[in-house]
Amino acid sequence: MRIPIKLTTAVATAAITLSSSVSALAATEIQWWHAMGGKLGEKVEEIAAGFNASQSDYVIKAVYKGNYTETMTSAIAAFRSNQHPHIVQVFEVGTATMMAAKGAIYPVHELMSDMGESFDPKDYLAAVTGYYSDTEGNMLSMPFNSSTPILYYNKDAFSAAGLDPSHAPATWPELEAAAKAIQAAGYTCGFTTGWQSWVHLENFSAWHNVPFGSKSNGFGGTDTVFTFNGGPQAYHISKMAEWQKSKIFDYGGRRSDSAPKFYSGECAMYMNSSAARAGVLANAANFEVGMGMLPYWPDLAAEPQNSIIGGATLWVLRGHDQAEYKGAAKFFSYLSSAEVQADWHQFTGYLPITHAAFELTKEQGYYDANPGADIAIMQMTLKAPTENSKGLRFGNFVQVRDVINDELEAIWNGDKDAQTGLNDAVARGNELLRKFEKIN
Amino acid sequence: MQKRVLFGHKALPILLLVPQLAITLVFFIWPAGQALFTSLFVEDAFGLSREFVWFENFTELFADARYRASFVRTILFSAATTLLSMGVSLLFATMANRVLRGGLFYKTFLIWPYAVAPAIAGLLWFFLFNPSIGSAAYVLKSLGYDWNHTLSGGDAMILVIIASAWKQVSYNFLFFLAGLQFIPRSLVEAAAIDGAGPIRRFWTIVFPLLSPTTFFLLVVNVVFAFFETFGIVHATTQGGPAGATEILVYKVFNDGFIGLDLGSSAAQSVILMGIVAVLTVIQFRYIERKVEY
Repeated sequence: MRIPIKLTTAVATAAITLSSSVSALAATEIQWWHAMGGKLGEKVEEIAAGFNASQSDYVIKAVYKGNYTETMTSAIAAFRSNQHPHIVQVFEVGTATMMAAKGAIYPVHELMSDMGESFDPKDYLAAVTGYYSDTEGNMLSMPFNSSTPILYYNKDAFSAAGLDPSHAPATWPELEAAAKAIQAAGYTCGFTTGWQSWVHLENFSAWHNVPFGSKSNGFGGTDTVFTFNGGPQAYHISKMAEWQKSKIFDYGGRRSDSAPKFYSGECAMYMNSSAARAGVLANAANFEVGMGMLPYWPDLAAEPQNSIIGGATLWVLRGHDQAEYKGAAKFFSYLSSAEVQADWHQFTGYLPITHAAFELTKEQGYYDANPGADIAIMQMTLKAPTENSKGLRFGNFVQVRDVINDELEAIWNGDKDAQTGLNDAVARGNELLRKFEKIN
Repeated sequence: MQKRVLFGHKALPILLLVPQLAITLVFFIWPAGQALFTSLFVEDAFGLSREFVWFENFTELFADARYRASFVRTILFSAATTLLSMGVSLLFATMANRVLRGGLFYKTFLIWPYAVAPAIAGLLWFFLFNPSIGSAAYVLKSLGYDWNHTLSGGDAMILVIIASAWKQVSYNFLFFLAGLQFIPRSLVEAAAIDGAGPIRRFWTIVFPLLSPTTFFLLVVNVVFAFFETFGIVHATTQGGPAGATEILVYKVFNDGFIGLDLGSSAAQSVILMGIVAVLTVIQFRYIERKVEY
């Protein structure tokens, strides 16, 4: 007997539809939009799969939505048309925008207590959660991937210049002297940097315990103004401008565009995110890489304070069913467990967000086997955070970073002196702050 | 006597017009109206609160010296991109038109880059001219020119112009080649018999006869340079260094899609829309009156 092909397909389709709707009935689906591509994306899928396998009531669907800005923009666009996910990953500079959208976000501390999940903010590293908590200390979003800038250096270049390759320069004068010796040994450039605003102004201010803006760096309200044109910052930027001329410092572009300068051996030192560690080690094939904390100016601070983070957190958006939020809360508990966090930390180079994950990683002997992997966390937790080193909270900060990049470039190429450039950046940045204050 | 054909009923012509009208309405009029509407508001990213501000977004833009400077920069960028891409493609088309063997091979490969997205084109050139590892930058350095588009505004501008022009060469090439093949051989041959050399033949016969194609391409290229180059800028310079490559359309994209400042971005796109309108009027007036078909 011949069964018509059309009929068999129809039956098969019906069967598939039926079975998938059955499983959809059984498990509540929770959408998680993230910005982790490549290897990191695979790891995110793995975490989601781990959670889905650990219980049968909820299914986390991890969806890659492009880079940080694309993910945030599409989540916001989706919110406007009521198609938004339950959980979205937002980078640290988007924090103020998310926080201000009070009707759109479901603060994590509220979610966890509403859903009866056990949750203690003290389990998390204060240096991480401080960035994402309100003035009362309530966590508004769930830390996921946080990193902090550190110093990478070319040990071979240090040896060639007669310097101790096991010792990273701890202060800027030491770094300057090392750079000169390295240049004398035949290297073109001393150091370069990624994310210049993040490293040389935002973290620089926290590291030297000076304010980046008023009102506790914006934590105290949207009526804040920038103050990163102060003496310490202007001094550092003017030194960098001076160094640019002799290539002790060589600018290599925004974001991480400068990385090839370090990989190719052109520059002997490089400042960028601790999460770049795996990439740096993989790309710097022709020399040995050392890692150290960010340098500081002994004239400006007796000792360094603590550095601040970059990276992203998970925000929960309102407008979904209770049952789905229950699943989201359960997922956050799973995500914060020491095993998941320790694995994520070791695989990616992002900070472990809980004390338990840090302890577990130590017990597993990971830091002994991977020297340098603990520098970020030591630098972050060097001292108890002050109001200058808790983090930053400024509206329109994505554009403010553009403004800072713009003015710093004008300083590096000699169009402006350091003080003028920083003054202009502050003035233009304040306009953006006022605009943000007006609409929120 | 009535010579026109008359349709007996009104419904059919309307029915035939509907699909086209619907497309125009949905894909042009409606979004344009939305842009115009949004440009009069200041609102937060989530759309939770909005405030009607009349023309404040516009006055704010024109009060900003940097925005006005960006106009001049955009005009320079567009002129340079258009001239470079049209000049190069006209040269290629003239050459390819003369090739006797393997013409199809050349033509096919010259058309290929058109399939590349602007952002990818930007990345290709970004790698070629990377001051540390780019091969083009390496050649320039060995010639004694210290190429560094991360610091030098001039270098950065040249980079985005080259990348944008390259992207458009294929399209122009296609039209120029078609235009050249349309020119009767007898005219060129007659001039050759009269003793005109190849260059003279080109400028006195071929170039004037190409004028409809050239003018059409001029407008298309200017529109491309004005509106579609943000992907290239985003992939190469992000408007830097120090704003040297911040052209109008990049600012629309950056303020709207990166900065989520929808009001100002909409106002900027309305201004750009005005420029398109003016360009379109010029195109039709000019083509109708000046160009010989």
